[in-house]
Amino acid sequence: MIARLLAVLLFCALAASARAQTRFEELVPRLGAGFGPAAEAVQALGAQGDPRALPILRALSDGRLLRNAEGRVILDGRDAATGEAIPAEGASRINLNNRLRVVLRGAIGRLALSSPNAAERRAAADAVFRTRSAENVPLLEDALSNESIPEIRALMELALGASRLLVDDVTVQRAGIIVLGGAGTPEARALLLEARAAKPELAPDIDAAVATIDRRLAIRRAFETVFQGLSLGSVLLLAALGLAITFGVMGVINMAHGEMVMIGAYTTFMVQEALRHTAWAGWSLPLSVPAAFIVTALVGVVLERCLIRHLYGRPLETLLLTFGIGMMLQQAVRLIFGAQNREVLSPAWMQGTLLLPGGLPVTANRLWIIVFGLAVLAVTMLAIRFTRFGLEMRAVVQNRRIAATMGIRTGWVDAATFAFGSGLAGLAGVALSQIDNVSPNLGTGYIIDSFMVVVFGGVGSLVGTLVGALTLGLVNKLLEPYAGAVLAKVAVLVGIMLFIQRRPKGLFALKGRAAE
Amino acid sequence: MTLPRITRRTALAGLAGSLSLPAIHSASAQGAPIKVGVLHSLTGTMAISETALRDTVLMMVEKANSAGGIAGRRVEAVVVDPASNWPLFAEKARELLAVHKVDVTFGCWTSVSRKSVLPVFEELNGLLFYPVQYEGEEESRNIFYTGAAPNQQAIPAVEYLMGADGGEAKRIVLLGTDYVYPRTTNRILRGFLNSKGITDADIMEEYTPFGHSDWQGIVSRVKTFASQGKKTAIVSTINGDANVPFYRELGNQGIKAEDIPCVAFSVGEEELAGIDTKPLVGHLAAWNYFMSVDAPANREFISDWHTFIRNPRRVTNDPMEATLVGFKMWAQAVAQAGTTAVDAVRTAVIGQKVAAPCGFTLEMLPNHHLTKPVMIGEIQENGQFNIVWRTPAPVPAENWSRYIPENANRRR
Repeated sequence: MIARLLAVLLFCALAASARAQTRFEELVPRLGAGFGPAAEAVQALGAQGDPRALPILRALSDGRLLRNAEGRVILDGRDAATGEAIPAEGASRINLNNRLRVVLRGAIGRLALSSPNAAERRAAADAVFRTRSAENVPLLEDALSNESIPEIRALMELALGASRLLVDDVTVQRAGIIVLGGAGTPEARALLLEARAAKPELAPDIDAAVATIDRRLAIRRAFETVFQGLSLGSVLLLAALGLAITFGVMGVINMAHGEMVMIGAYTTFMVQEALRHTAWAGWSLPLSVPAAFIVTALVGVVLERCLIRHLYGRPLETLLLTFGIGMMLQQAVRLIFGAQNREVLSPAWMQGTLLLPGGLPVTANRLWIIVFGLAVLAVTMLAIRFTRFGLEMRAVVQNRRIAATMGIRTGWVDAATFAFGSGLAGLAGVALSQIDNVSPNLGTGYIIDSFMVVVFGGVGSLVGTLVGALTLGLVNKLLEPYAGAVLAKVAVLVGIMLFIQRRPKGLFALKGRAAE
Repeated sequence: MTLPRITRRTALAGLAGSLSLPAIHSASAQGAPIKVGVLHSLTGTMAISETALRDTVLMMVEKANSAGGIAGRRVEAVVVDPASNWPLFAEKARELLAVHKVDVTFGCWTSVSRKSVLPVFEELNGLLFYPVQYEGEEESRNIFYTGAAPNQQAIPAVEYLMGADGGEAKRIVLLGTDYVYPRTTNRILRGFLNSKGITDADIMEEYTPFGHSDWQGIVSRVKTFASQGKKTAIVSTINGDANVPFYRELGNQGIKAEDIPCVAFSVGEEELAGIDTKPLVGHLAAWNYFMSVDAPANREFISDWHTFIRNPRRVTNDPMEATLVGFKMWAQAVAQAGTTAVDAVRTAVIGQKVAAPCGFTLEMLPNHHLTKPVMIGEIQENGQFNIVWRTPAPVPAENWSRYIPENANRRR
């Protein structure tokens, strides 16, 4: 009798395993049978936990999985289900949609939780967190018991907390709520509020956890606003620095300043294209910094020597002349490069989000631009204060005739100063290529802002330019959440107009004879 | 006073002149070229989008001429540049109609430029084919609209986001550039969402100026808005190159399409040409044509385009297809009417059918709009769209939206 029972059990077990076997072979071809069936098949493969599925699902996610006319799914020249070699001719790539991507992320996460590779386990824990389900709980508990890296453990605990919210047991759910409340992220907050809508009896616990999260998020938001303000300020600073020299120091109302910025951005693009297939490709952005400075400085010298120097002391004519030059430069660039925007790639270290200590997220490109802006400012100030060129420049600005009698070639100092200001605009172009479009009109968007910064900060004062840029950036970002992007800009403009009425010389007015 | 003496030579010349005169006359009637006005910005902010449309019209003109012209007459393009300057559009339209006396005009991209030329075309009884999707709420006897009306783009796209394949969004962010098209479209969408039970508390609406480049604040506000425990999606009516920094910021702040999908109404293949698309894979766009459509008419369109522009890497997009459809319908109408007289052509255009590159046969309706299939595409790494959803048949345009109360009863 017992033997018979055992035999039946054995048979059932064999049949079950055989069924699982055929199911794998059946499921794989369904991956190519349209979005709906594919999503179900992915879910089933993830739930079965068959390690053979992992490379197939990864290939699907990376777009390497093919499907031929007979409906067979091909991976690297072999039938993904059976391993039989088949030619990939005539096979087409299996496409994904968002629903499939979500399911795929969850299934790969489940399968990769026990991977020997730490990076894969980290990605898996994050994926399981985002696609939580009650069935993940034992899996995560198992993975946690084997995990030794604290950072991944934390991620897994978070994922476990999220999945526990879906278990139909109030004590387990409470444990999940506490973990998520401690995480303090917007994602955790969303999960908690979702659970609250589904389970009203947990509301008091969830409300307490959400309140903790909200306190942390308020700090984070305040920090984010300040960071965004600084970031906008640093962009304004970069755009205005060159103008602070050409307009602030030399008094040339240079309407072509924006086009210098644009030429700097196009130089960045050219450097990138020149280095594209060489070993230096990764260095194209740092190498663009000197290249853009040199190119725009040369353009500046040519403009100053050929045109602008004839109009010194005639601001209205200079304004019209430089405005016309700006339009000509724009059209020239449009003729050479076309009306299309040019794509300047961001190197990996300028992409994505960095976490500062305390879990405060900052975007990498903005952080680098703040650093770059401050560095350019520092170099400029040092150059003016401590180099011979800086000394001569200050001398010519303060008293041209006495400077000339001392043997300074004032004409060449003018050219060098204009070139220096134009070069700084070129540097701004390098930075802007990372956050804005490299198009012929790039500069026009910044010319007004640059003049605003220089006038507000005080004509002729680099410290004024720094303070002016950062103030405008911060005020803009503080107003934006309440007034919207358009009204915030208008409000800032009105504020500056009123300020200039009261203090026509800006924040840091030059005093004494040098002011004239 | 002496009478001119009739010599043999003058008599012969006079005879030849009187004989050849009717021949010359009829030749000039046949040979006078049909003039096609092209009113697209070739400089300024909109040059990025509109230059390709000018080239599309020139391509169609060249194609028509190599096929022996339209109704036996040669076609000649008159190109003017309104320079992305809205009042200049009206001046240039007047120049085309009054000075060049064009028989038809293809032009405009932004709604504000179309609104600026509309009175000119009505006053001088011109004919304008407008090839871009727009907000509707307009109808002119002098304009044919070959782009989508809101019910052919915006509403189906939002319905998709709210459906199972789109992720069942329950909260919607409406982001747009600050001008008439996004504001009207979002007003229609708000009415539609309200009718589907999504309250104003679950809708966030923000506008930015043309060419906006600092998206940090808005994207982080979207993230906060999305942390309310309901699936959130973004509907973008952002126009022009402001899209590039917007998508870059989405990528940098780690918003993936799986978490917060973004569907755009003004981002096509041409706009993606300037972006690194890897972080954007899975975000969506709704159009009536994608370059990736697999249809014989589309293959012909793409190969014609590559031959004409002499660059096999150039892309095609929806407004280009709409330009092509408009041109073909106008050419068929001229052939059918046997004249280019505006009033005759206007009646002949209605009911014209064209097998379009989108893979369907489109028809011009009496409301001057087209029937169009609706397609939703996901951005792929190569900058093309993978079509994930499409209507089984073309949808007739409703230019007066039922979700704008004061115009709802104007629908036919």
